[in-house]
Amino acid sequence: MLAFILRRLAQAVVVMLAVGLIAFSLFRFVGDPVLFMLGQDATPEDHARVSKLLGLDQPFYVQYASFVGRAVRGEFGLSLRQAQPVSRLIAERLPATLELSAVAALFALVGGVSMGVYTALRRNSWLSQVMLAVSLIGVSLPTFLIGILLIVVFAVLLGWLPSFGRGDTVSLGWWSTGFLTLSGLKSLILPAITLGLFQTTLIQRLVRSEMLEVLRTDYIKFARARGLSDRAVHFGHALKNTLVPVITITGLQLGAILAFAIITETVFQWPGMGLLFIQAVSTADIPVMAAYLCLIALFFVIINLVVDLLYYAVDPRLRIERSVGAQ
Amino acid sequence: MNIHAIWNHDLAYSFRRSPVTVVAAALTLVCVGGALFAPWLAPYNPFDAASLDLNAAFSPPAWVAQGMASHPLGTDDQGRDLLSTILYGARISLGVGLASVLFAMLLGVTLGLVSGYFGGKIDAFIMRIADIQLSFPAILIALLVDGVARVALPANTHDEIAIPVLILSIGVSGWVQYARTVRGSTLVEKGKEYVQAARVIGRHPLAILLRHVLPNVMGPVLVIATIHIATAIITEATLSFLGVGVPPTRPSLGTLIRIGNEFLLSGEWWITLFPGIALVTLVLSVNLLGDWLRDALNPKLR
Repeated sequence: MLAFILRRLAQAVVVMLAVGLIAFSLFRFVGDPVLFMLGQDATPEDHARVSKLLGLDQPFYVQYASFVGRAVRGEFGLSLRQAQPVSRLIAERLPATLELSAVAALFALVGGVSMGVYTALRRNSWLSQVMLAVSLIGVSLPTFLIGILLIVVFAVLLGWLPSFGRGDTVSLGWWSTGFLTLSGLKSLILPAITLGLFQTTLIQRLVRSEMLEVLRTDYIKFARARGLSDRAVHFGHALKNTLVPVITITGLQLGAILAFAIITETVFQWPGMGLLFIQAVSTADIPVMAAYLCLIALFFVIINLVVDLLYYAVDPRLRIERSVGAQ
Repeated sequence: MNIHAIWNHDLAYSFRRSPVTVVAAALTLVCVGGALFAPWLAPYNPFDAASLDLNAAFSPPAWVAQGMASHPLGTDDQGRDLLSTILYGARISLGVGLASVLFAMLLGVTLGLVSGYFGGKIDAFIMRIADIQLSFPAILIALLVDGVARVALPANTHDEIAIPVLILSIGVSGWVQYARTVRGSTLVEKGKEYVQAARVIGRHPLAILLRHVLPNVMGPVLVIATIHIATAIITEATLSFLGVGVPPTRPSLGTLIRIGNEFLLSGEWWITLFPGIALVTLVLSVNLLGDWLRDALNPKLR
């Protein structure tokens, strides 16, 4: 067990160091940072002096080590375009992305599980057919088209919901939340649906197939034979046993939701990290890009690590296999 | 093989039996045909600056009031004929999609063959990278590679190199599936007698890989590739929509949707709608065709 955790931790550290290396190379080799600071008129002496001041004359690995040291403390320097510390820009944008992703994940989980259970229990009803058809469309349409479609229907034609931005936000310390105002909540609906739709269909199909599988097993027949109510059989026995894979998949999909937030945020002009990153790419704002790169990799590594460890804790078969394999 | 034999072939039979597939194939044919013959089918050449007419900008489709018969689907913000731009755009979308699938296939098959045949440390290294990459969504990888490449290359060359960079980044984001499949089948083939025989008579490992192993592992690779095409087209469209893909001077379908999206709220719906319909039709029909081919070629799934 300990060896497994240590190995996974080591792998996570290696991934982070590799991503850090890419981010560092961007910093170091794209453009000349000294030229950027001094302008075109700098003399070679000035150039050499500032290089020494910034530590650019030191060997590569020393520079990389000091970059990692600063990155761990969250220091990525100043944004080239907005003349603000990158850490502050990200801290401003982080709440928007995390709130959107959390609502999207919740929507996907609740919507996916309930639709999955319904389509498994009432296989032939017309509503199930509609749900399956909608899920097929949800999988095959690109995310940005779904977003545009929702904007056209609910913002342009019906005028019910805002088409862009976060609405009014309330500051709780450094965290700005859109949960506490009506316009903030209304602004959340369309982006959250857009972001969560793919995961909803994924969870729906997963729950459906797992439920159908479980409903065929002997212990369900036995539970029915004991005279338990349908409700107890379906939710107490069947659903409970489908939840382990569902939790794993949802956990792994959290990372995907964070990544796809880039697209949703662009469609809805949602002031989150994804929009910040896209703007940074189009203006070649390297410090912001490097910070985003490291942050998104960190999220992914943590999510994967936690899911792996949870899996290990939940599924005893995995433990036996590993220990047999190790001998 | 005569026509009768083709008609009675297993694949043709399963094709005829599935009306959805027939419709998908017809639509794919229309899309691919339209893209391929765009220079002959399109009423205008949207890349020719002389044919642009800024006075005709934002004219709606022909059947709407103020629409012009000369522009059946209307024009975009620069006065480009939308029908022509869509035909040319589909050409770019399809071209980028196919090229990136080919690149991913080349990369994945090579690494998979090497990994499976030589084993050991190199196998462990390649497969570890594959594992790590698989834990990130493909579109994120493509976006990051594309973004980094754009920043790393000088800005004045962006428009010229945008498409090669795009193909490269979408290709890099998709090689893992090929490598894993090929590695698996190579491990199986490696142990078979014909490979051992080739080794015993002293053929060069490269020759064994290319002449003997490769042909026997390509079946599943082609199936993966057909399904991958739709994903690659969506990825290209998404990156172009985000503004980091194909430049607006020679727009793909995704770029067109991005352009149209800016004018959606002011009422010019057609600039987004028609490229959107074209993209969905293309992706959906290619997807259905790929799914059918996978099921038809893999009897285990039937």
